[in-house]
Formats: sequence, C-alpha cells, structure tokens
Amino acid sequence: MLYAVLCYNMEDVVGSWTKEEDDLVMERLGAVQDKLAKSGKLGPVARLLPTTAATTLRKSRGEPLVVDGPFAETKEQFLGFYVVDCESLDEALAFARDLAQANPGQGSYEIRPIALFRPGSGSQ
Amino acid sequence: MTDPSWIDGALAAARPQAVGALLRYFRNLDTAEEAFQEACLRALKHWPKNGPPRDPTAWLIFVGRNSAIDTVRRQAKQQPLPPEDLLSDLGDAETAITEKIDSADYRDDILRLLFICCHPDLPATQQIALALRIVSGLSVRQIARAFLVGESAMEQRITRAKGRISSGEIPFETPDAFERAERLSAVSAMIYLIFNEGYSAGSTEVEARFPLCDEAIRLARLLLRIFPAEPEIMGLTALLLLQHARAKARFDAEGAVVLLDDQDRSLWNRTMIAEGLALIDKAMRHRQPGAYQIQAAIAALHARAMRPQDTDWLEIDLLYATLERLTPSPVITLNRSIAVAKVHGPEAALLLIEPLEDRLSGYFHFFGVKGGLLMQLGRSREARIAFDRAIALANTPAEAAHIRMHLDRLSQN
Repeated sequence: MLYAVLCYNMEDVVGSWTKEEDDLVMERLGAVQDKLAKSGKLGPVARLLPTTAATTLRKSRGEPLVVDGPFAETKEQFLGFYVVDCESLDEALAFARDLAQANPGQGSYEIRPIALFRPGSGSQ
Repeated sequence: MTDPSWIDGALAAARPQAVGALLRYFRNLDTAEEAFQEACLRALKHWPKNGPPRDPTAWLIFVGRNSAIDTVRRQAKQQPLPPEDLLSDLGDAETAITEKIDSADYRDDILRLLFICCHPDLPATQQIALALRIVSGLSVRQIARAFLVGESAMEQRITRAKGRISSGEIPFETPDAFERAERLSAVSAMIYLIFNEGYSAGSTEVEARFPLCDEAIRLARLLLRIFPAEPEIMGLTALLLLQHARAKARFDAEGAVVLLDDQDRSLWNRTMIAEGLALIDKAMRHRQPGAYQIQAAIAALHARAMRPQDTDWLEIDLLYATLERLTPSPVITLNRSIAVAKVHGPEAALLLIEPLEDRLSGYFHFFGVKGGLLMQLGRSREARIAFDRAIALANTPAEAAHIRMHLDRLSQN
C-alpha cells in the first residue's frame, strides 16, 4: 500500500529560516529520504511554494469560484495530491474544473505551484 | 522540538503580530518593544524545558502584556513581582487569549505597525531603518552593517525616527477601506525601498546588503498573507522575487556588472522565478493593473526566456508603454527605450530618449543607455561624449568600470 505523507508546519516559522538553516533541514530530510529510496519505497517528493502562491477553486451551485490563497477552513481536509505540468494557471484551473466535474459532491481543489519536484524511485 | 534554532525562527515569525498587538494594548512603541523582548527572554527560558506552546504568538502576547503591566505597577507602587511560577503557569489562560485574537485585529495590528514605520513625516532612510528594527527585529548592528554606517549613527537614526512619531499620532482606530488602501500603498513603497537598498548595492557590498532583499521579500509575503486578494501586493511580491532570482548572475567573479543579455541564466534561482510567475499569474486574473504588476510582468518575460534571443521585446515594449501611461516618469521612458531599440532599432530608441536629457542630466543610466545606442549606430565620437558623462555620474566603481569597457571597445575600432 502506498501512503501519502502530508507535511504540516508553521509557514511563518519556516519562512523566517535563513537559507543556511533551510538548506540544513533539506539536507537532513534528504538523508531520511535516501534511506527509503534505497529500499525502492520512495515515491514522488514535492515541496510546495508558500500558500501566498496558492489559488483555490471552490465548487459552488453554479460556476466554481476561484479564490486567492489556500483553502483554510478545517471542515475539509487535504485528501489527495496531483502533479500536473501546465503552461499557466488557467490551464491548471481547467484541469481542476474537470476534476470538480468528475467528482460529485462538495469540495475544493487548491492549485499550488511546486518548488521542488523529485519523481522518486519507488512508485508502483 | 527543543532545537534552539526553532525557537529563534518562532520568535522572529511571531514578532510583527505580537509587537503589533502589544502596541494596541499599550499605545507606546517602546513599551510594546520592551514587553516583547521580555516575553522572548521568558520563551528562551521556558520553551526548551516545556516544549513550545500550541500558539507561540499568543503566548508571547500574553506573557509580554503581563510583564509590561507588572513593570508599570512596580514603577507605580514599588510592589514586588509575583513569583515566576505563577506567571509561567499559563495553561488555560493561553487558550483563552488565542480565542480572543480575532483575525481582523491580527490584520490591523500588523498593518498599523508597518504603517507607523512609513509615517509620512519620516525621510525614507529613517522609515526603512525603523521597519527593519521594529517589524523585522534586526539588531541595530545588523542594520548599520547593511547601510554601511556605524552602529552609533544607526542607533541615533532610529531614536530620532521614534522621537518624530510621538505615540499620540499613532492611528489606533480601525482604518476604513479608503485609508487601508492608502496605508497599503505606503507600506508597499517602503518594502520596495528596503529591497532597492539591497538590490542597488555594488558587488563589494553585496554580502552585507543582500539580507535586505530577503527581508523585503519576507515582509511582502507577510503583507500578502494578511491581504491575500490584493493584486498589487501579489505584483510587488512577484517583482521582488523575479529580480532577486537573478542575484547570483548579476556580478562576475571580479565583481564587474553583468548585464541581463550576458548573464548565465543557469545561475538564476528557478524556485524564486516559479513563485514570482505564480503570483503574477494570479494577479493578472483580477484585471486591476497597477505599477507593481506591470513591472513584475516585464520581469516575468525576462525570466521566461531561456536565452536572451527568446525575450519577447515587443510585449515588453507594450508593457512599458502601459506603465508610462499609468505612472509617467522619464526613468520609465528610458527603460522602455531598451525594448524599443530591440524592436524598432537604435534610431527609434534615440529619438525616444533625446527629449529626456534635460530632466535626466544627472542620471548615470541615461548617459550609459545613450552612449550604447550611439555606439550601435556607429556614431563613435558622440558615444564617447555620452560615456564620459556616464563615468562622471557613476554611483559605484563597478558601474564606472562597465562604461570604461565600452570606451575601450570604441578605441579599438
């Protein structure tokens, strides 16, 4: 079974690290990832850009609403995560609209540009 | 989570909101700052032992407020302090105050704090120094180093700035929509100034001044987090990121300036570019163009070009034309001339900038651009005159050296 590990942290705090501190954390995380990668169990690893770069597509009764920023209410949780290679925000929003249409019920898709993408070695 | 570097980060991140909230309670900048310092000292003592609180900012506000009240009482009545154990036993009290911190207060506290720093009575240099001290929490020594002045001179500058904004003038009422927009644009301008202080540094000063660029980006992100739907703040943040992304490519190993066309684009920071492009994409969807957005859009076109010859100069020319209409300035027209030269040739560009000579007669870049255009047209004698004037007006040794390189090339022909 594959698991998604969703990392939550205080963005203000992470954002106030110096480059050296950030590099150090990334290096330490890298070492942990390497161990798993060697056993062929590591899937894609992604670090997201700050939430200020995020856009949310919110399903509503009519046309879905596009809202700036991340989806902040705690009523709904972060459930899945796609990586798409799009030319522009509009193209990514079109993809999210298709997802919204294919998936009945409430919900929202947060579209967040990716800062670092490592495809990994262990996806099955 | 008892790593001390985590605590430093948490204290720095909490600072704008905590000092802002303490300022609302005490209506005095010095009291608010001292209260925050005291809270930080207690955090350094208690957090490694007990682990960080659930909401570090709320903890700091609560402890800071209590300690300042104690100080005031002690000064008034000469009463002894309550035992330390009582003060640090915060359990439920902390939860209560977390609930009391309303999101509207949060925004207004930070905005007020930023706004005080760009008080219109303060000259730009004092605004920046004050913001770096109060909002960013940089030490006087760090700020002095970034401004290349002595520590005592910087201490004086900050004290003078604080003196000019007597607490009576600090606006405490919740701003209305119009006033908020006005404050936002003053704060944006101040953040841009901080960035420019770092960005316009020569190669020898880069080490000391680059942190100003990082700090400006951090402040822009902070502003964007509290106003997530303001396209001009997205534009400002994007502009800073896209410009700073080129930092490593702007000087060569000898410290000479490397122009955009000659930069090694593999040295550009792709993560910053990605964030900048994402923000400008978001901003454009609002269809409320502004000066920062247009400048960011121009920077984005450069960032998107993998090679100099891929640059969309036609679009850049159009964007500069829009910027000229929005905020007419001879410097913008001068910048536009570079795009015009690429699209319509150096002759057209020269025609565009010639009327600016009176107003830009003291501006290094005017004569640098003019000399470059004349050189392209083969008018060497006139080019030399323009370059000589540029050298006389150069702000840094690197600028002068760059122009001298053109002069050498002219003499070889």
